[in-house]
Amino acid sequence: MTELRYLAPGTLDEAVGAFAKAGSAARILAGGTDLLVQMRSGALKPGLIVDIKNIPEMTAIEQTADGGFRIGAAVSGMALAEQKTFGKVWPGVLEAVNLIGSKQVQGRASAGGNLCNGSPAGDSVPAMVAAGAIVTVQGPDGRREMKVEDVPAGPGRTNLKPGEILVGFTLPPRPPGSSDAYLRMIPRTEMDIAVVGCGVSLTMKDGTVIAARVSLGAVAPTVLLVEDAAKALIGSKLDDAALAKAAAACSAACRPIDDKRGTIAYRTKVAGVLLKRTAVIAAQRATQKN
Amino acid sequence: MAKVHVTTSINGEPMEFLCEPSDTMLDALRGPLALTGSKEGCASGDCGACSITIDDRLVCSCLMLAVESEGHEIRTIEGLAQGDRLHPLQQKFLEMAALQCGICTSGMLVASDALLKKNPDPTEEEVRFWLAGNLCRCTGYDKIVRAVMETAAEMRAQ
Repeated sequence: MTELRYLAPGTLDEAVGAFAKAGSAARILAGGTDLLVQMRSGALKPGLIVDIKNIPEMTAIEQTADGGFRIGAAVSGMALAEQKTFGKVWPGVLEAVNLIGSKQVQGRASAGGNLCNGSPAGDSVPAMVAAGAIVTVQGPDGRREMKVEDVPAGPGRTNLKPGEILVGFTLPPRPPGSSDAYLRMIPRTEMDIAVVGCGVSLTMKDGTVIAARVSLGAVAPTVLLVEDAAKALIGSKLDDAALAKAAAACSAACRPIDDKRGTIAYRTKVAGVLLKRTAVIAAQRATQKN
Repeated sequence: MAKVHVTTSINGEPMEFLCEPSDTMLDALRGPLALTGSKEGCASGDCGACSITIDDRLVCSCLMLAVESEGHEIRTIEGLAQGDRLHPLQQKFLEMAALQCGICTSGMLVASDALLKKNPDPTEEEVRFWLAGNLCRCTGYDKIVRAVMETAAEMRAQ
């Protein structure tokens, strides 16, 4: 058995230095709810674990001066739910983060880990994509920003470069009349993996959609941003024809696997159904708010 | 192999122990710390039998490394009763027979206690959703849910 080393640096520079130096044998530990399971099953035998929770930026939730949010990569779902304003501005992102696992898992699991784990079915990812979130990553060559949708490369893989660490998410400020929602299809009522997930973020003015982003999870090797569905919603009053067109665009975007959880036909159909339901919830929330 | 020295607080008492970097908190509790109330069911975060709190947040002790407890406050089932006086949840679980084999019980109690601290007046649905991460193969959950609801009502009345 190779010896495992554990480091919990207090600064990002230290973390990046140690992580980059150890190469592919190193793993980042945020909530650990995926990492420890992978280690236990023998799928992973890391030589170094870099725990990022002692780095203040990684666990901070901050509302920026323009009304947006910055969420550290290691912020747990429970911590996000306890923050007073976040759930009012981004209810869909919050509900997606708090669908991950049980209360015990939500006490540790982070949106950063959910994204870096690279599962096409990760619940927080479609909601973050719909929200237009930007991630900050830091590596040996410095800091850079990426769109959330550009991070996953395929099941279990990301487009982060060797030695790069996900630092956090930046969510943009919201114009009046904006809200979001996330729904997933699971065969049971709790604690399950999405068969299909759908995130919708939109802005309404006088009953008309003036901006929208739509995303789907678990229907392709990576989470999808479905621009055709957003186009079908924009300019509409979410009438049946517009919803049907957006639903068709969602179904058309699907390239799902066929497995015991859902056939290709089922996942493709449900993607459209979920789009309709999610868009209606997001619109209701957008109009309820001032 | 080099063991790591960890300084933490467990059930309000300062505690130090040695562990391997790969040991989970559950390994440390049941091993060097001899606190065997937390049970190992699945060791993958699915069953909740090893539930503890860290800084008042409910977690599975099988899903955290023991070294992560450095400088934090851990609470386990052993800290629920005060001396010989059972916690109202423990008393109610006994009275209402909200357990059978008992493997899940300590996790159920720790999770229920975390819920009532956060929400002293939960609906039945809230209790069921909160305890969804605690699996039990013999009670059918009804007696557990009823015991939590009744404890909550009694604690509110006091």
